[in-house]
Amino acid sequence: MEQVNQGRENVYPQAAQAFYRTLSQAAISAATPIAAVLVALAFGAALLWVNGFNGSDVVTVMIFGSFQDMRSVGEILLKATPLILIGAGLCVAFRCSIWNIGAEGQLYVGAIAATLVGTNLEGLSVWVHAPLVMLAGAVAGAAWAGIAGYLKVRFQASEIVTTIMLNYIAIILTSYLVTGPMKDASAAYPQSARLLREAWTPRIVSDMRLHIGILVAVVLAVALYIFLQKSSRGFALRVVGLNPHAARYAGMNVKRNVMIAICISGAMAGLAGAFEVAGVTHRLYQNISPGYGFEGIAVALLANNNPLAAIISGGLFATLRSGSEVLQITSQVPQVLVLVIQGIVILSVVAFAKLRDTLRIVA
Amino acid sequence: MSPKPFLRIENIRKRFGSVVASDGVSLEIDEGEIHALLGENGAGKSVLMSMICGMVRPDEGEIVYKGQSVRFNSPREAIRQRIGMVHQHFMLVPNLTVAENYILGQGSALRVINDMDKVHARIRELSERYALDVRPEARIEDLSVGEQQRVEILKALFHGIDLLILDEPTAVLTPQETDRLLALMGDLVKDGKTVVFISHKLDEVMRVSNRISVMRDGRLVKTVNVADTDARGLARMMVGRDVRMELPRGPAAPGRIVLSIENLACRSETGLPALRGVSLDVRSGEIVGIAGVSGNGQTELSLALCGLLPVDSGRVVLNGQDITGLDPARINARSVAHIPEDRHKHGIVLPLSLGENTILQRYNESPFATSGMLNRRPIREHTRDLIRRFRIKSRDVDQKISELSGGNQQKLVVARELARNPDFILVNQLTRGIDIGAMEFVMEEMLKQRDNGRAILLISTELEELFAICDRILVMFHGEILGELPPDRNRLDELGLLMAGQTANVVQPPLAG
Repeated sequence: MEQVNQGRENVYPQAAQAFYRTLSQAAISAATPIAAVLVALAFGAALLWVNGFNGSDVVTVMIFGSFQDMRSVGEILLKATPLILIGAGLCVAFRCSIWNIGAEGQLYVGAIAATLVGTNLEGLSVWVHAPLVMLAGAVAGAAWAGIAGYLKVRFQASEIVTTIMLNYIAIILTSYLVTGPMKDASAAYPQSARLLREAWTPRIVSDMRLHIGILVAVVLAVALYIFLQKSSRGFALRVVGLNPHAARYAGMNVKRNVMIAICISGAMAGLAGAFEVAGVTHRLYQNISPGYGFEGIAVALLANNNPLAAIISGGLFATLRSGSEVLQITSQVPQVLVLVIQGIVILSVVAFAKLRDTLRIVA
Repeated sequence: MSPKPFLRIENIRKRFGSVVASDGVSLEIDEGEIHALLGENGAGKSVLMSMICGMVRPDEGEIVYKGQSVRFNSPREAIRQRIGMVHQHFMLVPNLTVAENYILGQGSALRVINDMDKVHARIRELSERYALDVRPEARIEDLSVGEQQRVEILKALFHGIDLLILDEPTAVLTPQETDRLLALMGDLVKDGKTVVFISHKLDEVMRVSNRISVMRDGRLVKTVNVADTDARGLARMMVGRDVRMELPRGPAAPGRIVLSIENLACRSETGLPALRGVSLDVRSGEIVGIAGVSGNGQTELSLALCGLLPVDSGRVVLNGQDITGLDPARINARSVAHIPEDRHKHGIVLPLSLGENTILQRYNESPFATSGMLNRRPIREHTRDLIRRFRIKSRDVDQKISELSGGNQQKLVVARELARNPDFILVNQLTRGIDIGAMEFVMEEMLKQRDNGRAILLISTELEELFAICDRILVMFHGEILGELPPDRNRLDELGLLMAGQTANVVQPPLAG
């Protein structure tokens, strides 16, 4: 009897407590990456100051310098597209405890496939050809990642090692193709033939380079968030990532989930590669990516493996990247320093993630 | 008052995150006594002793040893002060010999290797003096658990100790080996050593100790002289109320055969033969127990029944259908429930919520999911229902299961498995690591399931658990069923002999069915 009464009295305070707890946890979740970025920027400013630059000015330029007009915002979004795609895809892999370091290679393979489809198949309408190019990129990226996935589930080969090695293979394969079999015979530089017009990713505004890839990236990131958090397949994938033993006991197919997770991340990277070719350069080059595949890892990390948050962190890293280009033009700050700042962001994200877990336990 | 105590612990506190493991404990140990530290699992006994031997550093408080305040930063510093501890999980390198294990980390390797003969001689001498049967050249991996424990004790003696701490030493031993260990403790004290003996088993503690300190929830309840107390009084102190060791139960009414295992053989994950032709039947409405010292094939039996270990030969038949070699999902679907041995590894996913943990097997079934998407409301309602029915102490269905006590985690596992309406329930270590309240609750729940006509196979190393709820007990040794006994506490000796692999003295009763 006593217990029942006590229970009733506590209903409201308990609900309030639960609400407060959820709120504080959410605040902690959101605050830590922001704090991590601020700390990293402060460190960066100090570093610049030590090197004889006006640190705070430079950092200000880095963040806001690229927001000059619509066009420069468009350029940021253009850079954000592959980062969001790759970052959101890696969130899925990381949630399943698959450490796919091979997004760069998967991007390259996606770009090759997109080029093959985009330079051939003449006579298709843009409504068919452009999506076909994207699909080719995604399928190729998934297949490339699938190699590492298969080696893992079949032979327990560490995907960290295999995906890194597959990066080299993909990048060197691209070099070989654009200097050999796929080289545009009329061009002096190593590059492929131009993609057919119908294969180009449509632009959002005709006089800007920004293409609809950014919309696709945001939609897919939202879709992956829903997949992970709300679908039963996503649930199984998270369980496999958190405790593969319990997953096996519960009757989940661990190998299949591992394959699904790594192939999703590969498809997203491959799609990013397709957009680089079909949306930006319209030809395949040797260095089609300035390291988007690696930066995507940092994007996922800063997003705490949440695809929804990867939209924001992808945007942030794109802003820093654009800002560094502005800096190069307007001041003497070497781009290496910008890379150092990006490195500090990643380190402080890791440090703050640890801090957040500690805070969560206390809260 | 007695002279200055040998070891005094003053107001020790230790927190791990939000868990208070030691909440201001003060305790005195006299020289030359056997002092038992008694308490349920999770009462804070091991943590307290780990602080004395330098494994864990206290947040607050003082340790006074031989009249001096000490603070050890590592076990090595404690050993230097002649304090040794034998942990529950042995700290031995399996592919080295006994002697090699003893000299690990003992200064210059070259010097030690030159003295290897002396090391061997000293081990033999100590082994003989305390009748430990330890051969210095034996490889650890070739030794049984009981032998390894003696190796650990001898290691402490080898390094020279005045205080020996034993953490749950009898958990892995047969009754005969336990007797031998208790006798050894007496010998050590005769030689002027002091022994602290951590246990949650009342009878052992009563048999050998001079004084007993009872711990509960990270606090010291009381220190008593063994002469001034009895098992009942100790039990009351341990749980804060009377423990009913006997659960009320009616006679079993076994019906049709639900599960039949025929001549099952399989190898362990390391490839060694683990089951050598096990045959048994479990009928509806009965609880069949499997007793045995751990490591005699029990783990492999439950893995094989769940479809997680390939079967070399033999059959498993459930409700007349052959389920040998099916995968876990198919076996789950044929109304087999499973309460695993290692809860944290196999039973639950610690970082997930209670709700998510209740749907681990049914995440893709109606009403918890429709067309591939999870349905939050039915999951929450189902979990709330289980929390209410099994009185699981928790805040909310969205709470992480890692925040619950072991007993409440186990209740959730039991609740989840029973909610699937199984015909056959496989239980491996029903009450491991949970408090007496939860223990009683889950045991009563098993009896209810039995009376509702379920077939239950209970694998356990806790004889008390088997006596309390089983209808018959099979003894497993070296991957075989050695015999069957009724759950009669008067036949404990027979059971102990069977557990040690001796069948000669036991009159085999005719097998049922």
